[in-house]
Amino acid sequence: MSAETHEAVHRHEPPTSFIRKYIFSLDHKVIGIQYIILALVAVIVGMTMSVLMRMNLSWPGTNWPILATLFPGGAPGGVINPEFYLSLVTMHGTIMVFFVLTTAPQGGFGNYFLPIQIGAEDMAFPVLNMLSFWVTLVGFIVILSAIFFSGSASTIGPIGGWTGYAPLSALGQIAGPGQGMGMNLWIISIAIFCVGSLLGALNFITTLLNMRTRGMSLMRMPLTCWAWFTTAVLALLSFPVLLGGGILLLLDRLAGTSFFIPGGLYVSGILSGTTPSFPIHTGGSPILWQHLFWFFGHPEVYIAILPGMGATSHILSTFARKPVFGYRAMVFAIFAIGLLGFFVWGHHMFISGMSPYSAMTFSILTLSIGVPSAVKTFNWLGTLWGARIRFTTPMLFAIGFVSLFVAGGITGLVLGQTSLDLPMHDTYFVLAHFHLVMGVASIFGMFAATYFWFPKMFGRMMSERLGKIHFWITFVGVYCIFVPMHVMGLVGMPRRYAQFTEYTFLSRLHPLVVFVSVVAIITVLTQFIFYFNLIWSIFKGKKAGANPWEATTLEWTTASPPPHDNFAGVLPVVYRGPYEFAVPGAPNDFVMQTEPETETERVGGNGHNGHRH
Amino acid sequence: MATTVTGTKPLTKTGLGGGSKGRGPNGNGSPKRNGHRDAFFDARSAANRYRIGMWVAMASILMLFTALSSAYIVRAASANDWQPLRMPRVLLLSTALIIVSSITLEFARRKLKAGQQSAHKSLLVLTTLLGLGFLGSQVFAWKELAQQGIYITSNPHSSFFYLLTATHGAHLLGGLAGLGFLTLRSRLRTDDELAATKSQAQTDAVSLYWHFMDVLWIYLFVLLFFWRQV
Repeated sequence: MSAETHEAVHRHEPPTSFIRKYIFSLDHKVIGIQYIILALVAVIVGMTMSVLMRMNLSWPGTNWPILATLFPGGAPGGVINPEFYLSLVTMHGTIMVFFVLTTAPQGGFGNYFLPIQIGAEDMAFPVLNMLSFWVTLVGFIVILSAIFFSGSASTIGPIGGWTGYAPLSALGQIAGPGQGMGMNLWIISIAIFCVGSLLGALNFITTLLNMRTRGMSLMRMPLTCWAWFTTAVLALLSFPVLLGGGILLLLDRLAGTSFFIPGGLYVSGILSGTTPSFPIHTGGSPILWQHLFWFFGHPEVYIAILPGMGATSHILSTFARKPVFGYRAMVFAIFAIGLLGFFVWGHHMFISGMSPYSAMTFSILTLSIGVPSAVKTFNWLGTLWGARIRFTTPMLFAIGFVSLFVAGGITGLVLGQTSLDLPMHDTYFVLAHFHLVMGVASIFGMFAATYFWFPKMFGRMMSERLGKIHFWITFVGVYCIFVPMHVMGLVGMPRRYAQFTEYTFLSRLHPLVVFVSVVAIITVLTQFIFYFNLIWSIFKGKKAGANPWEATTLEWTTASPPPHDNFAGVLPVVYRGPYEFAVPGAPNDFVMQTEPETETERVGGNGHNGHRH
Repeated sequence: MATTVTGTKPLTKTGLGGGSKGRGPNGNGSPKRNGHRDAFFDARSAANRYRIGMWVAMASILMLFTALSSAYIVRAASANDWQPLRMPRVLLLSTALIIVSSITLEFARRKLKAGQQSAHKSLLVLTTLLGLGFLGSQVFAWKELAQQGIYITSNPHSSFFYLLTATHGAHLLGGLAGLGFLTLRSRLRTDDELAATKSQAQTDAVSLYWHFMDVLWIYLFVLLFFWRQV
């Protein structure tokens, strides 16, 4: 920053060249939109894969001529083969968890709105911010390349699930289809993604600690900022562990070490050490990979959902026209969830044969996360209680988030108990649980965020009519998809199986499987209404003013879309908390954070510099 | 910092919408900084972010090495194929070099604070050379092991030895890049007080990182050769 900022309007002009402005941009807003576009592309890939999987599950053996054309190796004669199905499982999970659920909520909306909501002109390290996006994009390109260079004609990528359990993932080509080049690319992609996320997290934390505007104390930050901050802390501390695990796994595969590969393995008819293609391995610990993976994997769940919680709190308060119920409790609950998230990774490993004493410890810690989660849920309900709710599309999605979080979270209490988890872990019950709470709830948070902040980002409103159609079909759809899956799991349907034609005890479930697939395809198609609404509204949407929702936080004090330096050179000054709705005696039912305390202005306190009415 | 409420209109009550009562104690430029968004304040805040960012980055690197260390401890106990390496003697030289480099860098930092630019610069160059010497010594240790026929696949201890030294070395390269940046920047003379604040912060950040690398190496050294597995 230069020296002439003293009492002066100090504008930063945007760069003029197209490449500097839109491609290699240093502006956090452009970078945020780039992240969102990345997620919007990645989610189409992930959804397409889930549709292919559903087709195979509900109509096994059907000849789909188009698949024969597109995937001659994976679907010879138009029938999806089991390897192809398993690689779909892997790529669907990896792309969805990393490139959708981690990029859109944090990299996308966090990048765009964290600096504006704390009254900063940009992130603390703009160049690092640009790098973190481009590194993430390289990671995405590498994971896509795993589709095309999977090392096996019959798959579209590696086989191993998004968890990539060793020793299968550590052995290399010898272990069968989907264990060749595609697995290397999978690990490399995730390592690259780790680096990108770490750079992002570093930037988020530094920005929040260092660049809050005058008067923006920690307890005056919107809950979204708390959520993004906690998420960044989780990413900062958990991604390095995955990175370390990934390095070890790659060394096992490429250098021939034995970190995760036990001795005396007999794979594909070959004993370890008897041929050059399968070198000798001794003494490695497959469970070690699970520990390293899940030490990252559990915080990752919160990395996906915390920003959704933040957005939901923010949006509920805005459209209930009431302050968030128990702001402080909400802040501590976010932090408690984040903190506890580091001590519960073992609940993913109950069936790994861990000591019952460790399992009990992990179980108790896991169940204790129910406490801050319940605090948040009841505070959301408290916010809605007795409110004159404005049922806009973002509000519907935020309420949907609460509903899905409860519906998906409640089964967490079931699965958190070792005795119940043991029989259910590898069934559709777990699949339904985590899809509801980690996948769909997070995505609902992001839908809410999109409909809510779109006017700020593009200066136009999204269509409410299309938004409501999108909401209702999606909301009913996801329940119709995932509630039956709980039942399937209780009956004993194992997850990750390509089809169930050989299991007579599951044949009675087949109509349910078909029902789920039909609803899933309808719900996926409905998402194109959202895409259409998004693109159409950028050009044709109703013009939005600076504050179309009559909200209180700083992003609504500036123009829509905000200028390059966010506040046109005059940083706002903050005088009050983020959710001052329905303040008795105030002229409007909302009081902006920049509204001074009228006559309590004190001599020697804040001048009016920077404040704009 | 309590706000004296002189008016009685309900509007003046803050905190209704969540958030702290009264003036925020922090946030950049809380009211105790006499009310102006002045340039010096901007510079100081801009400078602080280098220190904050470095602490945050170090937390993340620490987690990487924590993960690798726990893998080390678990792997050592998971099977009986662990054959402890004999410590290459040259690692003692490495350790000495990096400790001395930390000391010289600390002097360099203080010289900058005292405004002695040329002493600052030559101490930076000395530190860089010591850092390069450390890396050379590490490579020498690798060569010594390789001559004995001990490679990364030979046994779990050697796997971890190569892995940990390489990971540490890669991070140390980042520190060398930082030193190179400081050395290049010290050639530009500035009398600008704001620029000086910023360059002091950058020097602080780099030296923080360098000391961290130093302590990290000592830790790894102890873990690799003095920690006894059962």
